[in-house]
Amino acid sequence: MTTTTDFLLAIEDLTVSFDGFKAVDTLTMYIDKNELRVVIGPNGAGKTTLLDLICGKTKSSSGSINFKNKEMTKMAEHEIVRAGIGRKFQTPSIYENLTVYQNLEVSYPEGRGVFGSLFFKTTEQVIKRVNEVAKEIQLENFLETEAAILSHGQKQWLEIGMLLMQDPELLMLDEPVAGMSAKERDETAELLNRICQNRSVIVIEHDMEFVKKIARKVTVLHQGKILAEGTMDNVQADEKVIEVYLGH
Amino acid sequence: MNFVYERFLGGKSGAIAIGVLALLILVVLPLALDLFRLNLVGKYLTYAFAAVSLVLLWGYGGILSLGQGIFFGLGGYAMAMFLKLEASDPESTSIQTTPGIPDFMDWNQLTELPWFWIPFESFTFTLIAILLVPSIFAFIIGYSMFKRRVGGVYFAIITQVIAVILTVLIVGQQGFTGGINGITDLRTLNGWDIRADSSKYILYFINAILLLGVIMVSKFILTSKLGQLLLAMKDKEDRVRFSGYDVSNFKIFVFCVSAVIAAIGGAMFTLQVGFMSPSFVGIVPSIEMVIFAAVGGRMSLVGVVYGTLLVNYGKTAFSETFPELWLFLMGGLFIAVVMFFPNGLAGIYNKYAPKVKFLKPLFDKPVQSEKKSATKIESEATTEGAK
Repeated sequence: MTTTTDFLLAIEDLTVSFDGFKAVDTLTMYIDKNELRVVIGPNGAGKTTLLDLICGKTKSSSGSINFKNKEMTKMAEHEIVRAGIGRKFQTPSIYENLTVYQNLEVSYPEGRGVFGSLFFKTTEQVIKRVNEVAKEIQLENFLETEAAILSHGQKQWLEIGMLLMQDPELLMLDEPVAGMSAKERDETAELLNRICQNRSVIVIEHDMEFVKKIARKVTVLHQGKILAEGTMDNVQADEKVIEVYLGH
Repeated sequence: MNFVYERFLGGKSGAIAIGVLALLILVVLPLALDLFRLNLVGKYLTYAFAAVSLVLLWGYGGILSLGQGIFFGLGGYAMAMFLKLEASDPESTSIQTTPGIPDFMDWNQLTELPWFWIPFESFTFTLIAILLVPSIFAFIIGYSMFKRRVGGVYFAIITQVIAVILTVLIVGQQGFTGGINGITDLRTLNGWDIRADSSKYILYFINAILLLGVIMVSKFILTSKLGQLLLAMKDKEDRVRFSGYDVSNFKIFVFCVSAVIAAIGGAMFTLQVGFMSPSFVGIVPSIEMVIFAAVGGRMSLVGVVYGTLLVNYGKTAFSETFPELWLFLMGGLFIAVVMFFPNGLAGIYNKYAPKVKFLKPLFDKPVQSEKKSATKIESEATTEGAK
């Protein structure tokens, strides 16, 4: 069923149907190492479902998801994460009752078992990593702040930071700039351009201005299928795309 | 040493809280109360084990169990079975049709000891059973619930149903369990008379020290990364799962630990009160335990001990005068606490005590640095908004 590829992520003939409705329909898509891919599409195109399928939140009906030549469709969520896929949710998903520091520390990929976590010790290495990531997401002055009182944009960055703690090879971001101010959007674009240096990133986004800032290659989804794929300019010039999406 | 201080006592404020509690239950109460009252406090402190177990499970884990009586009962029954066998030697039961078996078995026409009673002739086995039976039972319940991602109100209802089933089973199987009356007339432990005055003192102190020990072990768990993960799971379970943790394993673990803690309380209850009956297993005691935890403050290991003592004191004092009104009062108390003091007594203490001048040094640090950064964010947010 699976073939060996050079791609980091190879999705082939992926289908999921909910009571007959195919949210993702025989979708085939390849992500290279160190690639930043933006997925766009109208509401209900299957963008979030696609991420759900890759990270195991939703189980596929058929098809394969091949990550580093390993089949992901049968694996449990936490195993997929441990294989190297990190996912950010659409609404900021952070631990409101913990401080920024604790949010990051809890995400450190060690002491992941019950007893491992019981006897987990915060080493110099952990503290160093937390500080590095905090600096990257511009929260180094808020380490002792309870996450609940961060601004919306800062919460989004914190969640990205929590994923960076795990140093995933594939990072998936679901609408990372939704609800952000213009300045925060710019800063997020810079952040994404920095963190995609040595990993692959899939971004789902609605905001065209933002997409233009970060995109090299864009995939347009429509009704669970790929409508077009290519550079931003090519995609924008595509008539089918204009008809279903950009034209509105 | 520093490790013990930070992790088992929980830093300065934690160490002081545990110290004050130790002073109260180990020195003040034994000196101030007569033996009858002290024995009563000892009984209440066994309920405090269940309340502490709910801090781990409900307060931190966010898993409400309305069936902690199950585990309190399992621990209590295991201890009662051992004591009953010791009390049923052939000499003192010589008037029975079958001497040498517990009296209630004889009344129910049993002629030999059931197979599952036999190992309880050994004290070592009994002690192991007190710890192991509840954790295995909790593991089975926890595994079948949490692996299927059953949680929240469904979990609460299922634990309650199991508590009912267990009660019905105990009452129905009179010959094996002593039925509705429970297992009574317990006398000695390895020849040591548990009903003597001196024994009551000793048992009280063993119980109090065990309780303090359990609180410190719980503190160790809650100050570990596991404790943080519990809080994280309570808040955003999916985020924890998609950070590479198998959430169900953590829930199963904390459920098992809480079961063992409640069971230790149950065993100490049997020793101090001298009997065990299904009325400490079912829905009512299980919900009472939740109320103890809620009143004391479900996030505070020490607070729930005060909550347990206070509610039980109220129960004893009030039910002597208005026995039929007590249940309504307790229901009202529970609703009032949930609505107005979600963090219970501990919450009230943490909120107001730092403002009292002479209590101020008891707290770890003023939360100034956090406040500072909070205002910073607010001002940033307003400038963002202005743009």
